[in-house]
Amino acid sequence: MSASWDASRAQEIVNKYLPIKGPMLPILHALQEEFGFISDEAMRLVAQSLNVTRAEVYGVVSFYHDFRQAPAGRHVLKICRAEACQSVGGEAHANALLQSLGLKWGETTPDGRLTVEPVYCLGLCACGPNAMLDGEPRARLDAQALHALAEEAA
Amino acid sequence: MRIFVPRDAVSLALGADLLAAAIAAEAARRGVAAKIIRNGSRGMFWLEPLVEIETPEGRTGFGPMTLADVAGLFADPASHPKALGLVEALPFLAKQQRLTFARCGIIDPLSLADYRAHGGLAGLERARGMSAEAICAEITKSGLRGRGGAGFPTGVKWETVRKAEAPQKYIVCNADEGDSGTFADRMILEADPFCLIEGMAIAGRAVGASQGYVYCRSEYPNGIKIFNEALAIAQETGLLDGFALELRVGAGAYVCGEETALLESLEGKRGMVRAKPPIPALRGLFGQPTVINNLISLATIPYIMAQGAEAYASFGMGRSRGTMPVQLAGNIKHGGLFETAFGITLGELVNEIGGGTASGRPVRAVQAGGPLGAYFAPAQFDTPYDYEAFAARNGLIGHGGLVVFDDTANMAAMARFAMEFCAHESCGKCTPCRIGSTRGAEILDRVVAGASRPGDLDLVKDLCETMKFGSLCALGGFTPYPVLSAITHFPEDFGGAALPLAAE
Repeated sequence: MSASWDASRAQEIVNKYLPIKGPMLPILHALQEEFGFISDEAMRLVAQSLNVTRAEVYGVVSFYHDFRQAPAGRHVLKICRAEACQSVGGEAHANALLQSLGLKWGETTPDGRLTVEPVYCLGLCACGPNAMLDGEPRARLDAQALHALAEEAA
Repeated sequence: MRIFVPRDAVSLALGADLLAAAIAAEAARRGVAAKIIRNGSRGMFWLEPLVEIETPEGRTGFGPMTLADVAGLFADPASHPKALGLVEALPFLAKQQRLTFARCGIIDPLSLADYRAHGGLAGLERARGMSAEAICAEITKSGLRGRGGAGFPTGVKWETVRKAEAPQKYIVCNADEGDSGTFADRMILEADPFCLIEGMAIAGRAVGASQGYVYCRSEYPNGIKIFNEALAIAQETGLLDGFALELRVGAGAYVCGEETALLESLEGKRGMVRAKPPIPALRGLFGQPTVINNLISLATIPYIMAQGAEAYASFGMGRSRGTMPVQLAGNIKHGGLFETAFGITLGELVNEIGGGTASGRPVRAVQAGGPLGAYFAPAQFDTPYDYEAFAARNGLIGHGGLVVFDDTANMAAMARFAMEFCAHESCGKCTPCRIGSTRGAEILDRVVAGASRPGDLDLVKDLCETMKFGSLCALGGFTPYPVLSAITHFPEDFGGAALPLAAE
């Protein structure tokens, strides 16, 4: 579970990375790890600490697919949509799952339980279709196994 | 008794942690003194999780293992239903020429003693006795070319950085392995991380760089973890001679695999492609001379330095010297990593080594070189695996991935996906890539839906021309490869044009 916003804790995280060169991405990763997403307050604080404009921080946050500007569900399921998984039917399984959950890519179930996102390759390409649940990779997912995985995240 | 249970991401994704625990519990229950070693993968993914037991004859394999197969490992291993015999004798491994991946799956990735016992550090030790100029010359002589896909001679790049004068130089490892169908970088990170560390330390000596960065994609959490543990060991033992090394994690942007976008990202900016010149070798990271190499190029350096340039160059054909870790992926029976000298044909790789499709249906297409690589039809399976031979067939070997499709694949849909992917991942700096990919996907949407207008395919071809020659980097510049190759080799999938036209 992510912590709620705490400015002094956030400053502590930022300060830890200030001595390294090019600290922006490590800071954003660490803030997201702690708070679950990059809030406006977080961007303000990073801008101030790195002496760059808020626009610059926003530009970075919005460029990278990994950074969220709103909290995700309690669990995040990333399903691979790249060619190797497509070649073994991954796209159909993913669409069936989304349909049964009533979601589009990137959306979260109404109870806040699960967010389903696309990912373009997990590097498990000889054992597809693949997905990652809360950072844990899963391979050889047929339609049934993918559904079971989505249910597993309670 | 030593038992090997991989901790590679594929094995973990298939339950290797539970398997290792079950094997330990079963051994304890039977009073067997078993030492479980968490190795990397051998790269035979259809057999994962592949458990190996050390015997006086060699390591015998069992796979793909499930929890139900554990008890039998101890009862009667020889007649175990998953028994594979001696792992080294399996044809998939026996036919390879493993130079870069020689230790993968064999050693404990976090044992420096293991690494050394299997030939590790010999290259760095030799490099310590050589001048920087001589190291660069050795790498040039080996014929090693960039394994990220561009195929630029590694030694020439190093020599450029060596000659550049600057207060600070950098070594950057590109481990942003975003191509679908590739996992070679991940395997080194997880199976033989010291090899990369050694390669980067040698590069540092060769060009006079005191700082190195590994830029690894965030989709590889397991590889990041294992590499960082190995790096801590290397630093504690003073292996690096003062060369500072750090791993930085990407944030899900495919375009950061492009070298200049990667440098921008390392600096903490949006991953926007830089115009070249200046080349990174002269003005790279933080404006300083920088060697930026693919992970596989760097992980090949220890072999070259230990065995000599001639040994490496004795493999291969034409201007493609040495070996390439070909990654067999997608709908393929025997998927995995097959390191082989250049020159083997595409057909041998797909049909003989890979065993054809996993579905058992005929092979329809093979995408070589990732999402920006061309689709090959079986009629071109005589193409030798070689940078120039692939280029002559309007393709590229890229980072060595081959994704196999069976006859259910819709190639117009795959062409459309290439455009969609480019639109999704475009950094937005140049117009052909940013706008062209979106318009391309829209036109191909009509084609896939069987509602194309007259001239749509000509429009796509024209658009591809613009993207190919007008884009700043390979993302926009190479997206035409999958699109045009699909149109050329599978025209029947793009033929839905006629009917709706009459209705207009």
